[in-house]
Amino acid sequence: MSDLHFVRSEMLPERAPPASTVGVVGWMSENLFNGIVNSTLTILSVAFIVWAVMGFLGWAISPTWAAANLRDCQEIVAGHEGACWGVIRDRWKQLLFGFYPQELYWRPILSFVLLFIALIPVLFAMISRRMNWFLLLAVLAIGALQVGGTLGVALAVVLAAGAAFVGFQMVTTNKADRAEQIAAGAKRLPNPLIFSVLYPFIAPWLLWGGSFWLPIVALLGFVLGWAAMRLTAGVIGTLGATILAFVVPVLWWLFAAAGFADVAHGILPMGIEAVESRLFGGMLLSLTIGVVAISISLPIGIVLALGRQSDLMIVKALCVGFIEFIRGVPLITLLFVASTLLNIFMPKGTNFDIILRVIIMATLFASAYMAEVIRGGLAALPRGQYEAADALGLDYWKAQRLIIMPQALKISIPGIVSTFIGLFKDTTLVSIIGLLDPLGLSNTIRAHTDWVGIYWELFAVIALMFFVFCFSMSRYSMYLERRLRTDHR
Amino acid sequence: MTTMTDPHHQGGFKLSMLIYDSRYRSITIQIVALIGFLTLIGWLINNTGQNLADLGKEPSFGFMTEGAGYDINQRLLDYTSTDTHLRASFLGLLNTLLVAVMGCITATVIGVMVGVARLSHNWIISRLMAFYVEMFRNVPVLLWIVLAMAVMIESMPSPRAFRGEDPAATMSLFDTVAFTNRGVYVPEPLFSNSLGNIHLFGTSSLRFDVSLDLIVFLVVFIGGLLISRMIGKRANATQEKTGVRPTVWHIRLAVVAVPTLTVLWALGFYLGYPELKGFNFAGGTHMRNSLIALWLALSLYTAAFIAEIVRAGILAISKGQTEAASALGLRPRRTMSLVILPQALRVIIPPLISNYLNLTKNSSLAIAVGYMDITGTLGGITMNQTGRELEAILLLMLVYLSISLTISAVMNWYNNSVKLKER
Repeated sequence: MSDLHFVRSEMLPERAPPASTVGVVGWMSENLFNGIVNSTLTILSVAFIVWAVMGFLGWAISPTWAAANLRDCQEIVAGHEGACWGVIRDRWKQLLFGFYPQELYWRPILSFVLLFIALIPVLFAMISRRMNWFLLLAVLAIGALQVGGTLGVALAVVLAAGAAFVGFQMVTTNKADRAEQIAAGAKRLPNPLIFSVLYPFIAPWLLWGGSFWLPIVALLGFVLGWAAMRLTAGVIGTLGATILAFVVPVLWWLFAAAGFADVAHGILPMGIEAVESRLFGGMLLSLTIGVVAISISLPIGIVLALGRQSDLMIVKALCVGFIEFIRGVPLITLLFVASTLLNIFMPKGTNFDIILRVIIMATLFASAYMAEVIRGGLAALPRGQYEAADALGLDYWKAQRLIIMPQALKISIPGIVSTFIGLFKDTTLVSIIGLLDPLGLSNTIRAHTDWVGIYWELFAVIALMFFVFCFSMSRYSMYLERRLRTDHR
Repeated sequence: MTTMTDPHHQGGFKLSMLIYDSRYRSITIQIVALIGFLTLIGWLINNTGQNLADLGKEPSFGFMTEGAGYDINQRLLDYTSTDTHLRASFLGLLNTLLVAVMGCITATVIGVMVGVARLSHNWIISRLMAFYVEMFRNVPVLLWIVLAMAVMIESMPSPRAFRGEDPAATMSLFDTVAFTNRGVYVPEPLFSNSLGNIHLFGTSSLRFDVSLDLIVFLVVFIGGLLISRMIGKRANATQEKTGVRPTVWHIRLAVVAVPTLTVLWALGFYLGYPELKGFNFAGGTHMRNSLIALWLALSLYTAAFIAEIVRAGILAISKGQTEAASALGLRPRRTMSLVILPQALRVIIPPLISNYLNLTKNSSLAIAVGYMDITGTLGGITMNQTGRELEAILLLMLVYLSISLTISAVMNWYNNSVKLKER
């Protein structure tokens, strides 16, 4: 009686899931072949992919890298459909740099690398100060070597020694010890943000060349303004000092700067070979226009966004008018303005070169979009942040600087990056007004007798270049979005 | 924002209060801003006036009534090279609107399909769509336009290839459509008992012919749709009252189809097919390369953005909504049409319309492939021929601005009408 069971007293061992639901087969039957419609679609797509990839590879794999012109290519592929990659070997430098002098290619490359180093403290904030300085010094040392001459070598040696010193420290010290030392008051390296601030003065000088005194003089304007504000604040009050801080630099740039640079250059000539704007082209041109326009448009966009949000009716109307006007017209009409009208708007005799004019209009264009992005960031901030700032008794500008802007800008970073991607893609429009961006260059190359009628290879390479830039930026912005997710609400 | 209040000042008004008293400061700032703005504008106008006077080009819009002297190859209305610049610009504007409307429709269709397909459980389909979206979003639209134009010119057969006993190329779709390197020839709708045209605006530059056949057709068709909708509403009301829905779909179909078909039959509707005559095609509607290339490139490019919007809109609806709908016993199709779509549309429509706006503005890139839109006529040949850059660009900007403002007014109106009424 006692050992009579009707209920199982121990668990059965787990059985393996049916073979059709695990592994490759299971995944396929769940994701690719569940149902007739899906199976058909899968088969059709696979067929399409195979067809497209075979077609593309059949075209792209063609041993024409060495061909010197289109006729060579046609002989090599002998009647088959095949790409002619010789044009890329022949002209890839042009697609990247335009007609920039070959022996000076190190300058755009250096400014491009420096751009990343300048961006590190702004965007990444994930490597140590010493790492940042080490990178900067090492890159500058390599750059200085290119200048040549005794001065260049001396500079390179000094910079390399600095890099070696920082690198040595970085390797020999323990991270935890270092943190303790800093807590105990040890000296830190200066904030690398200093270089990020200096970069806008260094990069144009590297790209366009000329006297070293020009960036110094431009920078001096800001220093003078700051000094004027500091020195006079006690005497004439904050308001007067603030006004002076704007007036003094403007006066300096308008009247004194050029003369000062000439005199200084006369006494101590330092400089690198100047390069004319019309030699700029290819990706160099697109990047220059894109980066300059975006970085100047950021502060303008902030001002416009604040103006649009403000209670001051006239200021608001002006900002709304500007933003809606720029956003309502296509970029190409603004580029027409740059190419035909901007010189007419200026006092008689003003004639500044076409790239500068395009950059001005692109900056205005980007500012309007940037203002909308930042307005989105401002609107996304919870109302409580504004009220808390008021409750603390902060005035408008202090509240903006300490509470609102840091949060609003953080929220808008993905939007800012996508504005940049949009503007970077739109720089191809300058080919319509005759500048030699990659698309404009493809026409120039096609006009050469060696490469008449060559389309696909050039388009493929240009598309690839833009894709690499834009895709990596959009991935980066998605990464930032995840990292900066603040979850306020 | 400025909620601070100052202690009430005893005594009179002092000049420093303009800056330090928050009651007056905002006025001071605004007046300074206004004066600064007006000074800037005045300075620009003054410079422009002087420079133009020195060039001997007093600003005037008189050139718009002079003869244009150039041809527009793709046009919707009658035009000869003896017509005025105004007429040319008008045709250009119509061409802009044509490509914009065509582009918006195709971009929406492709975009919605791709956006939904990207959410498919089928791994290959969703990867393929992601590839399409990333490829088109990350390459400049101008490159796509130029590429599409190159494809049209380089890889389509010339009309000559259609000739002979054993032609190298044949017409597609049961011999009705011809793809050639000069463009695409499609059948055109014709009426044998045509009612003629209404001529609007006489012989002025804005003269406009409207086909009476088309008007009659549209009136009958739309009237049918309205009646059909009324029947549908009545059926809904009956369902609400009695719980039983009367079968009305055949009546609704008949109300639309019968009058429309009758009208078409009465007007003698037939299709005019393109035919090879000599070295080129005759008959049918000729859509030039440039139009096709622009249309294709803009649609595919914008569709990539629309796909992302649609995907985001559907993903924005929380899963709980679907589950709640199934808990109420709604079938999947009714769930989609009654619960998911109305909510998703509220998220989708505003960015969708701003993409329509982008497409319209991007259509100005027509100038790169020689499609004669308003940028190609007014901002291109007219500007270069007359040398009236200021006036031409000003008009061009105004045209685009009014298109944009119209579209955003519609968007705001829609936004307000579907906005959730909360709190």
